Formats: sequence, C-alpha cells, structure tokens
Amino acid sequence: MKSTFKVAASVAAAAFAVSQVASAATLDDVKARGELKCGISGGVPGFSAPNDAGRMVGIDAAVCDAVAAAVLGDASKVTYIPLTAKERFTALSSGEVDVLSRNTTHTLTREASLGLNFTYYNYIDGQGFMVKKDSGIKSALELDGASICVQAGTTTELNMADYFRNNKMDFTPVGYETSTQTREGFEGGACDVLTSDKSQLAALRTEMKDPNGAVLLPETISKEPLGPVVRQGDDQWMDIVAFTLYALINAEEAGITSKNIDSMKANPPNPDVARIVGTEGNMGEMLGLSADWAYNAIKQVGNYGEIYARTVEPIGIPRAGSVNDLWTRGGILYAPPIR
Amino acid sequence: MTDQTRIPLHRDPKIRALVVQILALVLVLYGGYSIFETTVENLNARGIQTSTAFFNEVAGFKVGFSPILDFTLGETTYLEVFFIGIQNTILVAVLGIIAATLLGFFIGVMRLSPNWLASRVALSYIEMFRNTPLLLQIMFWNFAIFLPSLPAPKDSIEMGVFFLNARGFHFPTPVVDSGLGLFIWLLLLVALVVGMVIFARRARARFEQTGQRLPVFWINTAAILVGGYVLYLISGSPLGFDEPILGRFNFKGGGQLPLPLFSLWFALTIYTSAFIAENVRAGIQSVSHGQTEAAHALGLSRKDTISLVVIPQALRVIIPPTISQYLNLTKNSSLAVAVGYEELVAVWAGITLNNTGQALIIIAMTIAVYECLSLLTSAVLNWYNRRVQLSER
Repeated sequence: MKSTFKVAASVAAAAFAVSQVASAATLDDVKARGELKCGISGGVPGFSAPNDAGRMVGIDAAVCDAVAAAVLGDASKVTYIPLTAKERFTALSSGEVDVLSRNTTHTLTREASLGLNFTYYNYIDGQGFMVKKDSGIKSALELDGASICVQAGTTTELNMADYFRNNKMDFTPVGYETSTQTREGFEGGACDVLTSDKSQLAALRTEMKDPNGAVLLPETISKEPLGPVVRQGDDQWMDIVAFTLYALINAEEAGITSKNIDSMKANPPNPDVARIVGTEGNMGEMLGLSADWAYNAIKQVGNYGEIYARTVEPIGIPRAGSVNDLWTRGGILYAPPIR
Repeated sequence: MTDQTRIPLHRDPKIRALVVQILALVLVLYGGYSIFETTVENLNARGIQTSTAFFNEVAGFKVGFSPILDFTLGETTYLEVFFIGIQNTILVAVLGIIAATLLGFFIGVMRLSPNWLASRVALSYIEMFRNTPLLLQIMFWNFAIFLPSLPAPKDSIEMGVFFLNARGFHFPTPVVDSGLGLFIWLLLLVALVVGMVIFARRARARFEQTGQRLPVFWINTAAILVGGYVLYLISGSPLGFDEPILGRFNFKGGGQLPLPLFSLWFALTIYTSAFIAENVRAGIQSVSHGQTEAAHALGLSRKDTISLVVIPQALRVIIPPTISQYLNLTKNSSLAVAVGYEELVAVWAGITLNNTGQALIIIAMTIAVYECLSLLTSAVLNWYNRRVQLSER
C-alpha cells in the first residue's frame, strides 16, 4: 500500500515536473544541492545495508559514494533512499534519485521502454536456488512441484518461470515485497526453495538463524549484470556515472589503491596512472568535473578490488577467478581506458 | 411598468448562478485534461512510452493462486492477470466481510453481557486489535504465529481427508462422476427445498392461529442434511472426491486455501471485527430500555425480545458505520503483498507494473477497481439499509 502510494506520488511528481525536463542537467542539480540522491535497496548485506554504526555500506552504496566524491569532492555527501523493487524505476525517472544503484539487472525492456540508461556493471551475477540441507535436494531439476519464495516484480521471478517452463516442471510462487520477507518465509517453511541472484542468496544466508542449514544448488539459471542506472536524456550525467565506475576498475588494473594514490599522484609511474589521478590530460574537465575527480573517488572509496574485498567478500563470495575479477585475471570486468 | 421590473440579464440570480456553474465545470474539466496532457507529454519526454499495448502480451511470471479463472504460464496475458487480481481481491474481501460480521456481532453482544468476565474479555479484544496497525497484525499472524506453529507438509496435521500445514489448508474437492445422477440429485434437492418452504409457511400460519410454535429451523436443518444424503444415495452417488495426496513437496489434488490467504483473511477479520463489535454495541445501546421492558411486559422471552425487538431497531444504527468497515476491509486487503497473497495490488500494481513500466495506466486502473468495488458494496448495503429502516412515527 505504502509503496503503491509512493509509485502514484512519483507518477504525479513526473506529471508536474515540467521544468525538470527542460533542464535535464543532473550534474548542475547535484552541485547546487551539494548532495547526491542515491536509490539503493537498503536491505541486502554486501550491496547496501546499514552497518553497526548505522552507515550504509555495500558495493552498491560504494558506487554512489564514489560518484559523490567525483562530483562534489566528498564521498559522504550522499543521501541514500531505500527503494523496493517496485518503486525503483519510477523513483529514478521522476527525479527522486539521481542514480539508481540497487542490484538492478540490465535488460532490453528496461533500457528501451522505461526511459533509463544502464551505465556499466558493478557486480555480475546469476540466479540460483537455495534449499534446506535436510531436503537432500542436489539439483534444481529435482524441484518439480516445489513452492518457491521470490521477491515480487523482479527479473528473478521471470527467469524462474522460464526455467520451470523450459524443463516442463511445475511450481508455486510465493511472492513477497522485500528480500527480508522472502528469507523469513523460507525459514518459516512457507516455501521449499528460496530463489534470487546468487550473491543475494549468500547475503540472505548470513542473516538466517542457521546459516549452515541452507545449501545453494549448483545451477545458475540466468545472467544478471547488475549496475548503476541513470535517466535517459542526460548524456553528460551518464558519462560521469559510467566513468566513475570505470575509474575504480581501471585504478585496480593500474595498481592504484586508496593507500598508495597520494604517492602515485606525486610521482606517477606511467601516463595511464597520471591521467587517472588527474596530473596529465584534462579528463575531468571533459566530463564537466574537476581534474581530481577520479583521485577523490579512489582516495575516499577505494578501487574496485578494495570495495569488493570490504563489502562482498565478508558475505562469503570469494572473487579470485570469478566473473567479477578483472579481465587480466580471468574475470570479465573490462573498463574502457581513461584517455 | 413591466419594462422597469425586468431584471437585466447580468443581474438575474438564476442566470448568474448558471454561468458560474458552467464556468466552474469548464475549469475543472480543463484542469483534468491539462494534468493528463502534461503527464503524457512529460513521460514521453523521459522516454517512457504510455500505451495499452501490453494488455495482450503474455505475462512472463506465474500467479500461483487463482481459484476460478485459469492461469497457464506462457499463455495468460497481462490483462487476464488483472482480472485474476480482481478475483483474488474480491475473494478475500467477501470471506473477510462474512467472518468479520459474524465475529463482530458475537464480540459486540459479549461486550454487553452482564457476565463481568465475558464483557471484560470482549473489551480487551476490542481495545487490543483496534489500536494496533493492521500491517503489523498481518505480519504478526503470518510470520510469528502461523508459519512457526504449523508443520511442514510431510508432518501435516491430519483430519481425515483434510490436511493443515505451513503451506495452507488442503481439502478434497467434489468431481462429477455421473452427470445424469447429479442432475437427478439436484432435481430432488429442489423438490426438498420447495417442501421445506411449504412446511415453514404452514407452521407460521398455525402459529398465528393457535400461538403454538414448531421448531421449524431445526426440522428444516435436519431435513436438508438427512434428506440430502438419502437423496444422494438414491440418485446413485453422482459425485466423487479429488483428495489431496502428499507429493514430493506438498499436497497435490483437491482444493487448497493457501496460508497467505488464510493469514490475510484471519488478520482482516480480527481487525475489522473489533470495529464492527463497537458498532453493534452502539446499536444495541441505542435501543431504549423501555422497549425491552415493554417486550417483557408482553410476555416475550429473553430470546424473542432480542431477536424481535432489540436487534431490528439496533440495525438502524449498526448498518451505516458497518458499511464503512466493509469498505475499509476491502481496501485493506491491498496489504496482502506483505505475506505473499496474490491480490490486485500485488500482481497488477506490483509485478505487472514493474515488468511493463506502465505506471500511469496500471495505477489508474487499480484506483478504478477499488472505486468500483467500494461503490458497489455501498450500493448493495445502502439498499439493504433502506429496507431495514423502520418508518418513524
């Protein structure tokens, strides 16, 4: 009810926000406001969830921190706006948030019909299934007739339907609004199986009363490239968000970390590093930012590897050799050069 | 003379009123139109296409519970999902209204009981359930009470051919074995009911002439139960039963009342009945005590006093606020998504909206459905209300 109201309110906001369309320069709005409004999930450990100190942490939250550092020079100038899967796109297109960084899968429908632009991916995922250990199930193909807890309104729900239809199996969906509720339903026995992106399943397992009582089935049934999303029609802003993310990945590739960046800046080992830290070329200027845009992002938030190590590793998903590793190390993260 | 008394057009109050009203109407219509135009224009400017073309697209997700309309994954379209959503909303609303009315009446009467314990229990019930948020109650019943206390399908609570577990309540459903037999049975049943109506009329006539009463209700109940069963055997037991059988994960076959529906129904019933109970109490207390005394003086029993004198007068006060409670219950059913029941807001304003992005059309249609359901409910109940209103002298 509440979220529906939010959606309705966002539609209404979209209806009246005539002036916002005319001046689509999100960069100017963010600078004038002195703060970045960032749409996140707020409830997925590793991606975006409050830590013990009440600070929003996770790989999704870190993307926003980096954008704020690049644009405003201060990674702490972010207002996180928790959104449900249902609310997220309307919230972005109505201007309620500047960036949507909420484990959102890039698909054609979303790109082409929702007025959104996906930038790049901060986590490449795939959908899996989790069952109780004592069920003795070893493969997703044994799930004919199962009840499955799922977050309503996600690509997860669609992939699951496709997978069961392809394999001529039957299932009963139990759709909840938030991923926390899907976990509660699974733990309480409302369903036999919990499905989501594998990273989320790992995150949810850390919150279970008995994390060892649940096992992940081997199948990965979908491609889920997750990344930050911006509104269509503001190319400059799209470039800023995309290249901030690229900068974090390139920094890791070039060996720049938050620890050594100051010495690297003082004494760049090669032109690549010099362009990233802003001592050579005018990369920042071309994006409409200051020369030290990438320096600020890396210094304050860390490179991609540092971010991954402090956010996603702790929920039990190692990176080495996975798709989320750099292309130079067998992964598929490949950022265009900053030059 | 006549010329002088004639009022100039711009001073004629009737014409002025008319002009003002037309102007107001035009302004409102223009306002509505420009909101619509601006919305569509803005959405287009943002690259969001607004069209109803998605109605006939096949829905890519599955709706698990659809008791009447058929859902087939890969065939059912978004528009059909819309109707399934309405069906499930109406289902839980009707179930909730019936249960809340019965329970509310019971609690309301209990609240007025001369028994101290009974009236205090009713009072605590009312104060507890009407003073906590409904969403909290729904989640409480589902996640804190039913899910942990009900067993997994393998250890279901067995009651003959009925099974209860954390997935819901499973029961056998009748299937027609012999169409002809069923027809004969229904024919015989109709004859039985006609007989019962004639009997009831005779009994009433006898009561009016002699004052002697027959226990019509009990005789008829016995007749329909025993007679119905005998006739069923005579017509050759035309119905078979599809019994739920435990499969690998859960029961298959038979009918199912899924736990989300049950939790939602339960919570809506408990919550709304607390309000209805207060309406009932107010209604009964509004009937002057003199009426009861007069009825006693005429020699009416306590039961007759309540059913013939107090309740009919109390209904005048009870019904109007209870209509609002029925409307609230229907609208509150939209909180279902918290427990995973697939009603209109969950499958249409939730899943469909998210998959198609057609927020404007979908939200408008959802609003229209609730509007229609509410108007329909109040129309029916207002009609009933007019019937039970006593003409005052």
